[in-house]
Order: sequence, then structure tokens, then C-alpha cells
Amino acid sequence: MNKVVGGADEAIQGIQDGMTLMLGGFGLCGIPENCIAALVKAGIKDLTCISNNAGVDDFGLGLLLQRKQIRKMISSYVGENDEFERQMLSGELEVDLIPQGSLAERCRAGGAGIPAFFTPAGYGTEVAEGKETREYDGKMYVLERWLRSDFSIVKAWKGDRLGNLVYKHTARNFNPLMAMAGKVTIAEVEELVEPGELDPNAIHTPGIFVHRIFQGERYEKRIEQRTVRQKA
Amino acid sequence: MALTKQQMAQRIARELKDGYYVNLGIGIPTLVANYIPEGISVELQSENGILGMGPFPYEGEEDADLINAGKQTVTLKPGAVIFDSATSFAMIRGQKVQLTVLGAMEVADNGDIANWKIPGKMVKGMGGAMDLVASAENIIVCMMHTNKAGESKLLKRCTLPLTGVACVKKVVTDLGVFDITPEGFKLLERAPGVEVEEIKQKTEGRLVVEGDVPEMGV
Repeated sequence: MNKVVGGADEAIQGIQDGMTLMLGGFGLCGIPENCIAALVKAGIKDLTCISNNAGVDDFGLGLLLQRKQIRKMISSYVGENDEFERQMLSGELEVDLIPQGSLAERCRAGGAGIPAFFTPAGYGTEVAEGKETREYDGKMYVLERWLRSDFSIVKAWKGDRLGNLVYKHTARNFNPLMAMAGKVTIAEVEELVEPGELDPNAIHTPGIFVHRIFQGERYEKRIEQRTVRQKA
Repeated sequence: MALTKQQMAQRIARELKDGYYVNLGIGIPTLVANYIPEGISVELQSENGILGMGPFPYEGEEDADLINAGKQTVTLKPGAVIFDSATSFAMIRGQKVQLTVLGAMEVADNGDIANWKIPGKMVKGMGGAMDLVASAENIIVCMMHTNKAGESKLLKRCTLPLTGVACVKKVVTDLGVFDITPEGFKLLERAPGVEVEEIKQKTEGRLVVEGDVPEMGV
């Protein structure tokens, strides 16, 4: 078994206009930089993108927004991006904002074969409008459906030829959940290693969820809020 | 004198109890971490996937792969753990986090909160706030008492789209500390030098004032 592809351009083969993509990351942390660049280059459009955030104006998913390649965003938090806000308020971009925990669980459910679940998040708010609600043990819950994608694109720290993945620190975030929920899952990694090099006890995403893998290059890893303290 | 942001954070820090797991929201709530009282040990949860979050890194030691939910560079304390977003919200929905502190645009006197959207003007999204307020047993809102136009943010009913219903337990503003009770906002403490009359004037929601309300020591 060998899931290794030559690079980002080869990895995104088969992604077409109008498809639904999941892209891992929280803010700019743990985003698949190489594949986003390849999607920009390929000019694929009318995409529905499921991602916790929408990048910033000139990086991350902001690069796809700039070129109007995204038709719809499904996210939980989209601040920090003026172009996004402009497209949303003018109606050019369709936006579905959902609670972060519901977004995570909907991806996980999609990958785990669970079509819907009840959660308390959003009960009594506009998020619950049009959705079934139900009381369990005296508390109200909202029915949320699974999310699945045509392609899920994730970024990991290390991965092997079988698609087993390890993430670094908080670059893990949505990546393992979205990896589970793709019809096709692409993983770009900072370091591609041989099977056996990763500790089986410490693998975060089992390779069964991953279809294509490659070692990315020139990671910029931009920091959104550089906060430091001074040495005493 | 109205409280500074630091003093608001300091006051909220007194609500911490030894052994608590705490989620601190973006803005003033984040500052609470700087005032954890002596002899109390708490673990900070950040919903992007950290338990045991430490202070900001020293200059030159920032790691782009290690941020908090406000996208700020942070560090890990010894014994810290990293997890994915679904596990993070399992902790939150599963009520393993004992205290949530977050900001708000409006709070109603029944505990409703609005903090994610101004229709037609500002839509940033709810992030993890809806999951947090729907599940946490103890929610403290930390915000300025009035908005930039000088209007009360403590209301009879929220005018903005809600984040959660009847969930806030306590509000700390620059003017005072309030419990949410069936009768409305109960004034527990005043900021030093702030008179009850001023608080009455600047509170649109039902306000309960019983006896002499003490000044808080800050």
C-alpha cells in the first residue's frame, strides 16, 4: 500500500467546480498551505468550504476568497477577514455559521457514520430555527446533522506512506475530524516517514482515513496574534 | 472610579476555586489568568485543544503551532495535554469545565446573552460561545456596563440575536458585580467610589439592591 503522491498539484486531482471541501485548521494554525495554493492555481470555483475559520485577507482561505472561488462557507468564526465580511454582507458569499463544538461533532459524526445527534448548543437561538428540538431529562437539545465532504484536506506534522498521521500541538484542532469525513482525504505533512517510524501508540489519525499523502514544502506558518512576555 | 480591565480580571479571579478547570474567553477574560490567587491551582482549557495552558512565550520562543482560541501564541504547563476539537467540546458539553468566563454585547436580567452578531453590520460568528454557554454550569460574563454610545448593556431583554438562553450566572462590569436572580440583576458589590445611584441609572434591566452594598476591595 502506497498513498504517496508527488505534490499538491497531483493531490488535488479530481477536485471540481461546485464540490464540497473540508479544510483543517484553527485560524492559520494547522492549515493545508500547499493544497490551498494549488487550489488557487487550478482556479477551481463555486466551492463549498467547511472550515472553522476563513483565513485572513491575504492568507489561508482568504486567498480563495480573494479570487471568488468560494460560493459558500460553513464556519464557526469568520472575524479577521474584511473581504469575507464584505462578500457576506453584500450577499455574494453564502455563509452558514454554526457553533464550533457542533461543527467539530458534525464532522466527526460524518466520519463515524452517525447521521445526526442532539446537542444543547444553540437552543433558543437562530441556530436552532427550522431544526428539530427535543427534551431529554429536563433539558432542551437541537438535532444537528452530520457533515461529509467530497474532499477533506488536512495538514499534519508527520505522516507515513500508509497515511498514518501525527499532528503538532494545537495544529491538530479540526484536522483529525475532517480527515475522517472525506470521501477522499488528502494529507499534507511536514515530514513524510517510512511505516514503522511513527509510534503506533501515538498516532492521531489512523491511515485508513487517508487516501493521498505528500510532503509539503515552504511552510510559512503565519502567526495571527504574536503575544510574548518579557524575561524578568 | 470605574474598574480598569485589569481590576475586572482581578475581581473575577476571586471566583476561582482550587481544582477548577476553567475556560477563559477572548479579551478581558484572558487577563484573569494573570491574577490567579496564591495557593489556588486551576487548569486552563482552551477550546482549540489545550488543557494546562501556560503564559505567553518569551520573545523568540513563539511557536506557530501552539496558540489559544484567541489565536495568540501561548505555552504549555508541565502536564498539559493537546486534543482535537471534538474532544475539546466533549469536555465542555460534558460539563467537565467548572467555570466559563466570556465577554458579551448584551446580557438580559434572566441570564440571556448576546455576543456574536449585529444584523447587517457585524457578523464574526459564535465560535465556541454557544457550546460553552449551553453547557457550562457556571458562567460569568465580563463586560463594560455600557456600550460606546453610553447605553446600558444590562437589559430587560437582549435586542441582538441570542447566543444562549437563561444561562449567565454572574456579571462583572466596570461598575459592579451582579448575580442573576429570578428578580433580576442583584447588585453584590460596587466598584470603589461608584454610587448605587449611578448603577441604577446605567442599568436598563431589573436591578435588585438590598441594604448597604459593599465596595469591592481591589
